[in-house]
Amino acid sequence: MYAFDIERPATVADAVAALANEDAQALGGGQTLIPTLKARLASPEKLISLTGIAEMQGISSQDGTLRIGGGTNHATVASETGAIYPALAELASHIGDPAVRNRGTIGGSIANNDPAACYPAAALASGATITTNNRDIAADDYFQGMFTTALDEGEIVTAVTFPIPEKAHYEKFVQPASRFALVGVYVAKFADGVRVAVTGASNEGVHRWTEAEDALSANFSADALADLTVSADDLISDLHGSAEYRAHLVKVMTGRAVSKAK
Amino acid sequence: MTKVTMTINGKEVSGDVEGRTLLSSFLREDLRMTGTHIGCDTSQCGACTVHVNGKAVKSCTMFAAEAEGAQVSTIEGQANADGSLNVIQQAFQDHHGLQCGFCTPGMVMTTAALLKINPKPSEQEVREHLEGNICRCTGYHNIVKAILAASGQDVSTIAAE
Ligand SMILES: Cc1cc2nc3c(=O)[nH]c(=O)nc-3n(C[C@H](O)[C@H](O)[C@H](O)COP(=O)(O)OP(=O)(O)OC[C@H]3O[C@@H](n4cnc5c(N)ncnc54)[C@H](O)[C@@H]3O)c2cc1C
Ligand code: FES
Ligand code: FES
Repeated sequence: MYAFDIERPATVADAVAALANEDAQALGGGQTLIPTLKARLASPEKLISLTGIAEMQGISSQDGTLRIGGGTNHATVASETGAIYPALAELASHIGDPAVRNRGTIGGSIANNDPAACYPAAALASGATITTNNRDIAADDYFQGMFTTALDEGEIVTAVTFPIPEKAHYEKFVQPASRFALVGVYVAKFADGVRVAVTGASNEGVHRWTEAEDALSANFSADALADLTVSADDLISDLHGSAEYRAHLVKVMTGRAVSKAK
Repeated sequence: MTKVTMTINGKEVSGDVEGRTLLSSFLREDLRMTGTHIGCDTSQCGACTVHVNGKAVKSCTMFAAEAEGAQVSTIEGQANADGSLNVIQQAFQDHHGLQCGFCTPGMVMTTAALLKINPKPSEQEVREHLEGNICRCTGYHNIVKAILAASGQDVSTIAAE
C-alpha cells in the first residue's frame, strides 16, 4: 500500500467536508477497498472512515419500507431484518463469510457496484431508493454498469430504503473461490408486478430481466419462464464460466428464486 | 504517525501507527504478538482472525487506526488463567483438529465467536461458519468434530469420512 492518513469523522457533514479534497476517498468496511489498496490499484492520500458515524448506522421500518443506514454491516442486516424482510436478511447472511459480514457495509457494496455483488440485485429488484448526503436516487437510475453508479465524486451513501415486497427470494450460484455470485437472481413480487434483477452475469453489471418480469407478473410460477431464452451476448465469459453457461444459469436461478419466494 | 490505544486481551496498549498499518501488522510487528497468523494477506484465509468488540474480523483487512478504543481479543488471550488450554483449544488437540497448526489461531477465534452466538451449532452450521477459514492440511473433518466437541456435543457418532 502507498502511504495515506486516516480520518474518522463523527458526522456525515464532517465526512463530506473531508471528502471535498480530491485525493480523499471514503472507507466503509474496507472489505473491498483494503485489498484494492494492497494491490496498489488505488492511491488516495486520505481515507475518510465512515464507520464511526452514528447517523449512518441502524435499521428502521415504516409504511411497508425498510431503511438501512449506509454504514450498517452485513451481519447486522442478517440478524435484524429477518422478521420484516426475510429475503434480504438471507441475502446478507450469505455474503462472503462471517468475518467479512462483520465489517462490510451496505453503503460500500452499493457504492462499489461490483458486477457480481449481492446487494445491488436486492436494491434493483426491490426498487430501492439510495439516499446520499444530498439527494435520493431511484435504484433504476443509480446502477449504471459495472463499478459505475450515479454517485458524484465525494458523495456518500447514507441509507438504502427498500419497499417490502409480498414475496421475494435471492438465489445465488456461488463462485466458490471468491464467494461472490457467479450468477445471482433476485425476484421480488409486489402487488403491482414482479421485478427481477440479475447480478454476476453481465458486462453491463446488475440489470433487470424485463421479459421474465412480464411473464412472472402474469403468472408467478417457474413454469412461466419456460418459453423465455437468455441471450449470451454481452454476458461475462471468464475462467469460472462461459457466457453461454451464465445465460443458462440466469434462467435456472430465476426459476429457483420464484419457487422459493416467500 | 498517529497514536492508537486499544485494549488487547484485557490490557491497555498504545502505539504509533501509519494510516496504512493493518491491525495484523500492529499485533505482529509492533507488539510482537505473532500468534495471529498471516496466511494470505488477501482477505481469503481467516488465519488472521481476531475479535474486535466481540466480533470476529480479519485483522489483515482492518486498519489499526480503526481499532482505536476497541476491545481486541487474540489467540494469546484464549488460554485459561492458569495457562492451561481452554475448552476450544483442548478440543482441537483431543480431536486432532490441526496438523501444521498454521490455520489454528484463526480457527479457534472463529470458533469462539460462533459458540458465543450459537452455543450448540449443528454440523451444517459449523461448516457454514468456517466459510472464511481455510485449512490446507486437515480436510476440515476433525476441525468440525473439535468444534462440536467444544460445544459439549457427543461426536462419537460422527463418522470419519
Ligand atoms: C472474502 C470476501 C468475500 C466477499 N463475498 C461477497 C459476496 O458474496 N457478495 C457480495 O456482494 N460482496 C462480497 N464481498 C464484498 C463485501 O460485501 C464488501 O464488504 C463490499 O463490497 C464493500 O463494502 P465495504 O463496506 O467493505 O466498502 P469498502 O471496501 O470500504 O469500500 C468500497 C468502495 O466503496 C466506497 N464507499 C464505501 N462506503 C461508502 C459509502 N457509504 N458511500 C459512498 N462510497 C462508499 C469506497 O470509497 C470504495 O470505493 C466479499 C469480500 C471479501 C473480502
Ligand atoms: S491473512 Fe487475513 S484473511 Fe488470510
Ligand atoms: S492445520 Fe495446517 S493449515 Fe490447517
